[in-house]
Amino acid sequence: MPNKTFFAFILPSLIAMVLFIALPIVSVVVQSLYVAHERVMVQVENCQPFGGCSTELRVDAAATAELQREQPLGRFNGLGTYFNRAHLATDELGAILSSDRSFDQKVAQIFNLPFYKALIFTLVYCFVVTPLAMALGFAIALAVNALPKVTKGPIIFFSLLPMIITPLIGSLILYWMLSPNGILGATIQHIFNDPTLSLRASPVLTWTALLVYGVWTNGPFSFVVFYAGLQTVPADTLESAMIDGASRWERIRYVIIPHLAPLATFVALVQLMDNFRVFEPIVGFSAEANATSLSYLIYNDLSGDAQQFGSAGATSVITIIGVVILLMPVLIRTWREFKLKAV
Amino acid sequence: MKPILMLAVSTIALALGAGAAYAECGIEAGSVRILSNDFEALRAINAAAQECASGTVTVTANATTEHKNLQVPALSINPAEYTVAVVANNSIVPLLNDDLIRPLDDLIAQYGQALQPSQLVKIDGNTMAIAFMGNGQHLFYRKDILEEAGIEPPKSYDDILAAAQIIRDKGLLEHPLGASVKPGWDLAAEFVNDYLGTGAEFFAPGSAELAIDNPEGRKVLEVMRAMTAFMDPDYLTYSADELIKEYEAGNIAIMVAWGSLAGAVLDDQGAAEGVVENTVLTAAPTINGGTIPAAALWWDGFTIAKNITDEDAAASFQAMVHGISPDMMNANKEAATWLIQGYEPGPAAIGVVDNANGGARPYPMQPYMGLLHTALSTELAEFIAGSEDAEQALADVKAAYDTAAKEAGFLQ
Amino acid sequence: MSDAVAQKRPLALNAIIYGFIVLWVILAAVPFFWTVWGSFKVEADFFSRESWWNAIFGTSTTRQTGNAFTGAGYYGAWVLRDFWRAAGNTIIVTVCVTVISLTLGTLGGYALARSGRNYAFWILIAALVFRAMPHITLVSGYLLPFFQLNIWGVLPTSIIVLVAINQPFTLWMLHSFFLSIPKDLDESAMVDGCTRFQAFRLVIMPVMWPGVVTTGLFSFLLGYNDFAVTAMLLSAENQTMVPKISSFLGSIQETGNVMYAVAAVVSATVPLFILVLFFQRQIVSGLTAGAVKG
Repeated sequence: MPNKTFFAFILPSLIAMVLFIALPIVSVVVQSLYVAHERVMVQVENCQPFGGCSTELRVDAAATAELQREQPLGRFNGLGTYFNRAHLATDELGAILSSDRSFDQKVAQIFNLPFYKALIFTLVYCFVVTPLAMALGFAIALAVNALPKVTKGPIIFFSLLPMIITPLIGSLILYWMLSPNGILGATIQHIFNDPTLSLRASPVLTWTALLVYGVWTNGPFSFVVFYAGLQTVPADTLESAMIDGASRWERIRYVIIPHLAPLATFVALVQLMDNFRVFEPIVGFSAEANATSLSYLIYNDLSGDAQQFGSAGATSVITIIGVVILLMPVLIRTWREFKLKAV
Repeated sequence: MKPILMLAVSTIALALGAGAAYAECGIEAGSVRILSNDFEALRAINAAAQECASGTVTVTANATTEHKNLQVPALSINPAEYTVAVVANNSIVPLLNDDLIRPLDDLIAQYGQALQPSQLVKIDGNTMAIAFMGNGQHLFYRKDILEEAGIEPPKSYDDILAAAQIIRDKGLLEHPLGASVKPGWDLAAEFVNDYLGTGAEFFAPGSAELAIDNPEGRKVLEVMRAMTAFMDPDYLTYSADELIKEYEAGNIAIMVAWGSLAGAVLDDQGAAEGVVENTVLTAAPTINGGTIPAAALWWDGFTIAKNITDEDAAASFQAMVHGISPDMMNANKEAATWLIQGYEPGPAAIGVVDNANGGARPYPMQPYMGLLHTALSTELAEFIAGSEDAEQALADVKAAYDTAAKEAGFLQ
Repeated sequence: MSDAVAQKRPLALNAIIYGFIVLWVILAAVPFFWTVWGSFKVEADFFSRESWWNAIFGTSTTRQTGNAFTGAGYYGAWVLRDFWRAAGNTIIVTVCVTVISLTLGTLGGYALARSGRNYAFWILIAALVFRAMPHITLVSGYLLPFFQLNIWGVLPTSIIVLVAINQPFTLWMLHSFFLSIPKDLDESAMVDGCTRFQAFRLVIMPVMWPGVVTTGLFSFLLGYNDFAVTAMLLSAENQTMVPKISSFLGSIQETGNVMYAVAAVVSATVPLFILVLFFQRQIVSGLTAGAVKG
């Protein structure tokens, strides 16, 4: 395809992405390299309703604005923000590793750092939910494909429900069903015969619930893509495999799976990325005490009483880098396929 | 059907009052654009302020829970997107730090005769905000359960812990206590409340240096942890809203919760039998042998943007004064603990008023308090869950706060 | 095909397939039907702290309203809190986002699939990196410029932002679908005298419907379920459903009207159900009819 035609086709979407994603990313990266100016403080007397008066410090806005005018971005800090305690915490990590504590204590100390506490849950979620949700989606797609035509429509809709219901409310309702007074929670207590069993109180159960919820909401996405892919499996290849005496399992293994492989790459790519940014279930399940994720850290920085843009920016950049590392094998594969296509 | 009927009546009242209200506002011209949080009392104020709209005056209101994230960018452009920002002790700080709101003294002299001196939030001698309602956490207890256990009403956290033990021992309730200690904003607010009650300061005088690693800080953590032993095992997931519902279900005998939610307990909706008539509201308990209620006093008030014309500022001020007029307050008596002239506290407001009379301290307005609140909200999680000791928790809070304060330019 | 194959399938396999589907449909749909049922109860029943049997029998609902079912949640959400306005905004946003996303995405995805040059690969990779950016950070960065340009708070801004944020996904997905369409198809059309665009529109698009329908479904759901963008970039009167629903939940200032939220979610999902039932033939046949040999 000639360059000119190529860009004529892709220009609208390229403009949209550059304006609304690329430029903001650049500005976030730049912002994360700077920290705020030293604030000029003055002592003032503050009086509040029914609180009386007290002498407190206050930012001298005029003097701070003066500094701001000279250097609008703030003080250059290089990668300082990336390595401080709220992020990679290299100093703290070094101190913990070089201390003479036992291995268990060291691990506990590392997971006491907010970044690593969030990272471990993020990674576990990512690597447990993605393959299980893909397997579930594939199984549903195969099963739905084998159904008589009339039942397919409603079943497709029901299968999509976990994805359709707003995560905000979906997780809230499921969470309630799983709580000790809810229908599922009470049933689980009954099954294990343990009336004190509470999903909300135990870290292990909270993690399990989050992971199960993750598979439940992500399964339908894989299902839809794989189901669409199944429709394009060439019938004659299947038939000739049947004539050759291939069993059902062999047909799935040697015809269907290779045919769906490019789609699987795509699904894995999207799912790994989305799961790496897991956030909503943590809030929906009120799991902040036991599980945090990188996106949760960003949310926490931005939604607090004092917004910390630099810190949130650094976590976002680390998230992007994490995603790229995670996707490396898939990217290399895509590159090979791409070169193959070009030939 | 009662609330619906009330709504219909008040809508008619609004419709009838609209014509008269126009004259009351006395605004000649201008544009009033309000940014506020989204809850009932503020919606009532916004609606009242919108009565001031006329051929030459436009009044729009954006009530959204995202107001804290919007206010700084919205007010830093010129002309500002909003002329009025409705704030509280904590959300006024970013506006002050960036110098985005104007002193109101001349407007008060001209249009603010109806305001009371106690409503003025003064910083460095200038009035920067007009408060119109108060809030805070205070004690809720069930007098029937306390009587059955033979306990006097508790005054301090020591009393509460002793009472909880008796209630449990007598088999009345296994988990008699409640507090909103869900990691996040709630947990940090709980620590701030208790720490204020000890009378100690959060920061070293005249600097942004954190000073909570002291006997008072340790005592606060000790009390918070001791309380959790008598709470439902799910306490880590109890936000303020969730806690109130647990109480309404009759599962809690003594708790510290938000005054703004007391009305929901006392109404005839949703509570289990015996809860409403036996609920007593009173000041928050004292802590560490102190004498003041261990709770922060909160106010909600309005501020006027700096980057707008004087005409719009005057129009906005007048519209907001009309919005918080005694008429509005009388029509919405139960919606909040008002600081407006002529307010008689109703049954749901007793706790907040008791806190104020008991000498509780306001939530601090230091420029770096928000950073501390955020640090507390994440770093106390392991402590309150029981997997970390107080020593480590305080060290973590300090480390997190120092990191954030350095990034923000408050510490070197 | 499947009917013919089904007859040849051993009974045990059929049992497994049907058993699995029934199990999955229960897992997927029961929480929703539980919600539909519960939306006609009061909060003390649906979120009962005594026993979940209350949600079935409506104990508190009967006590409070005199009937085991109540429409109070729906009345509250739709009449008292103007949920219809949010519903209307959502329709505008989702329809626009889907249409614009698909238009831009099919053009771009087609170009990417047909170009063998290195920059096409790098555009794909860049799109992927763009997609990795957490939305909430992007959105906080938009606020100041949008306020300055005076385009904050209105629907078109949010629509364009959602389209842009969704573009990487749309491009990738449609690019994969275009790859499965043989090159000979458009090349032979061009040999017959079509321009590139005519080949794309007249030859490729008709066989692309499965991909377009599927991608459209995801674009639709993105616009429909988005919270981060619509909550921060829309003023209260332009709000879409999800931020509106979240405003029904409680805070330290106000006890929530969770039943409003539940009723709102149910009423937001029911039209989708009708839509899918109405279009199911098109969706299913759309997915199957375009069975392209790859």
